[in-house]
Amino acid sequence: MIKRNQLILGNKNLKDITDDICLPVETFPSKGWVALFLSAKSLLIFYVVILGLVIANGMGLLGVNHPNGWGTMIITFVFWIGIGHAGTLISAILFLFRQKWRTSVARTAEAMTVFAVMTAGLFPLLHTGRPWLDFWLFPYPNQRGPLWVNFRSPLLWDVFAVSTYATVSIVFWYIGLVPDFATIKDRAKNKVRKIVYGALSLGWRGTARNWSHYEMLYLLLAGLSTPLVLSVHTIVSFDFAVASLPGWHTTIFPPYFVAGAIFSGFAMVVTLMTLVRIGYPQFKDYITIDHMEVMNKIIMATGLMVGYAYASEFFIAWYSGNMYERYVFINRAFGPYGWSYWIMVCCNVIIPQVFWFKKIRRSIPLMFIVSIFVNIGMWFERYVITITSLHRDFLPSNWGQYAWSFFDGAILFGSFGMFLTLFLLYLRLVPAVSIAEIKPVLNVGRDNPAGPQGQGGHAHG
Amino acid sequence: MAKKKRYGGYAGIFTDEAKVVEAARKIKSLGFLKFDAISPYPIHGMEEACGIPRSPIPYVTFGAGLFGMSFGLWLTWWTSAVNWPLNVGGKPFFSLAAFIPIIFELTILFAALTSVGALFYFCRLPQIDPPVIDPDLTCSKFAIFVPENDVGYDEAKLAQVFREMGAVETKKVAEF
Repeated sequence: MIKRNQLILGNKNLKDITDDICLPVETFPSKGWVALFLSAKSLLIFYVVILGLVIANGMGLLGVNHPNGWGTMIITFVFWIGIGHAGTLISAILFLFRQKWRTSVARTAEAMTVFAVMTAGLFPLLHTGRPWLDFWLFPYPNQRGPLWVNFRSPLLWDVFAVSTYATVSIVFWYIGLVPDFATIKDRAKNKVRKIVYGALSLGWRGTARNWSHYEMLYLLLAGLSTPLVLSVHTIVSFDFAVASLPGWHTTIFPPYFVAGAIFSGFAMVVTLMTLVRIGYPQFKDYITIDHMEVMNKIIMATGLMVGYAYASEFFIAWYSGNMYERYVFINRAFGPYGWSYWIMVCCNVIIPQVFWFKKIRRSIPLMFIVSIFVNIGMWFERYVITITSLHRDFLPSNWGQYAWSFFDGAILFGSFGMFLTLFLLYLRLVPAVSIAEIKPVLNVGRDNPAGPQGQGGHAHG
Repeated sequence: MAKKKRYGGYAGIFTDEAKVVEAARKIKSLGFLKFDAISPYPIHGMEEACGIPRSPIPYVTFGAGLFGMSFGLWLTWWTSAVNWPLNVGGKPFFSLAAFIPIIFELTILFAALTSVGALFYFCRLPQIDPPVIDPDLTCSKFAIFVPENDVGYDEAKLAQVFREMGAVETKKVAEF
């Protein structure tokens, strides 16, 4: 039988696990954390100012124009939504497949999902240009007829998909946190912490009857999140694919978008996890090099799928015999925006190929660099899809370039401020590895399963 | 949430997962019915050892999902074809295929949120500051608790059984 690798290193017992994971919540943050938090928060404030200017002055501050009605806001929306998908893949789909290694990264990946969806959700709301009227997106009885929303529009499907996804992801994440909040409450030496985490834990006590319901609910939420996450990026791709614009109107979009989403999301998980491992060295025993290697394999596999989709799009453009379709693709690679196309191909298809080598898959600095390239490449993928298709459609008299402005760059970089601020607060306030989920997999791959001595609380408790 | 009367009782505290499962099995075989096991994480096989029936939450999920689907179907049909029919690109007022994404999302939303509500109901959550037998029960220890209103409740006997099954500590619990 093939021996399984140990999931958790360092011969821990149950008490050690709790101590390790609760440490960042119970101690004053390090200088590194404070420095990162202050930078992220400054970027967030900058972002708020920029968004305020965009709301006050209108969408004209961005580069959108005719014919490029969609720009940075939509590109960055799809980028962040895509990032979120890896978290649900890890927490729900890998749970259904009984992939035990997922427990170490599931909590942080889910947190990433929640924050990425929050970051993404702002963009379409602001892109409407009049965000104070955004409640019109929801069907509610009104005195204008009543005039209802158009349920045939993919943009409305998106409203339902993204808001359902955000709600279910937050609930799924919170349910996973409840037993861990109870752990922190029971350990708390300080009164405020006891009250706050006690309230968050909802009075959870971990009786066998409660665990039985809890596990059932967790399984059901995983089962519901799985089709949900696939539907979300499918529907995001419908925003494009249902339009009759060459370059958008293709049936490959749903699987292509979902694969791309998982690809970009895993890259972000690797980026964040390498940093978490540096910032909190005790997590190296939980998020081991083996975990990182598995994620790098997924990055390579989904990168190949994305590469296949790029090739297939080109083939179909030629094979369809449609001159508009053919022109869009030739223009995409060799036209005025060719540079963005080749950035995308290099970052998404060529660079991840280095993961064929085990040494690179297991090297923290190299995987960090590759993951950054993938993040860049996936942003450019959405840029290529949106801009190169829009800027030259059927009528040459209708052609024009996207007028990239300072504000486009500012909201793109500013959105990282929002995401990183939330993520750093999460690392400080919430146990970053699921304590209750990691304990049952403690013995996986261990030669000497922790017996009464190893597991017990006598020696340490 | 409905408030359940709390009872005192007797608890055995264990530090070994395998032993607490054995102890639960033993307590069940002695005829106790209302006892419960407390652990920091779900233990494989504990439900069988305690004789806990399968959770009914999936039925709630199914019902809620069915309701969400029907609601989505009704909402899209009634708003688009009955209440204020609008001709959009010559498409039928009731364009079922185009409504499927909405119906699907509402199915998932209702099923997920109602299931969480069902968990709260069945586990009687949220509770404000419920009594705790030992703070280490959410960290590294396990316990079996037998309430004083259970059939054949006898503290001396329980203490002996817990000791035999490998408990590191036995204690009287004022309220759980």
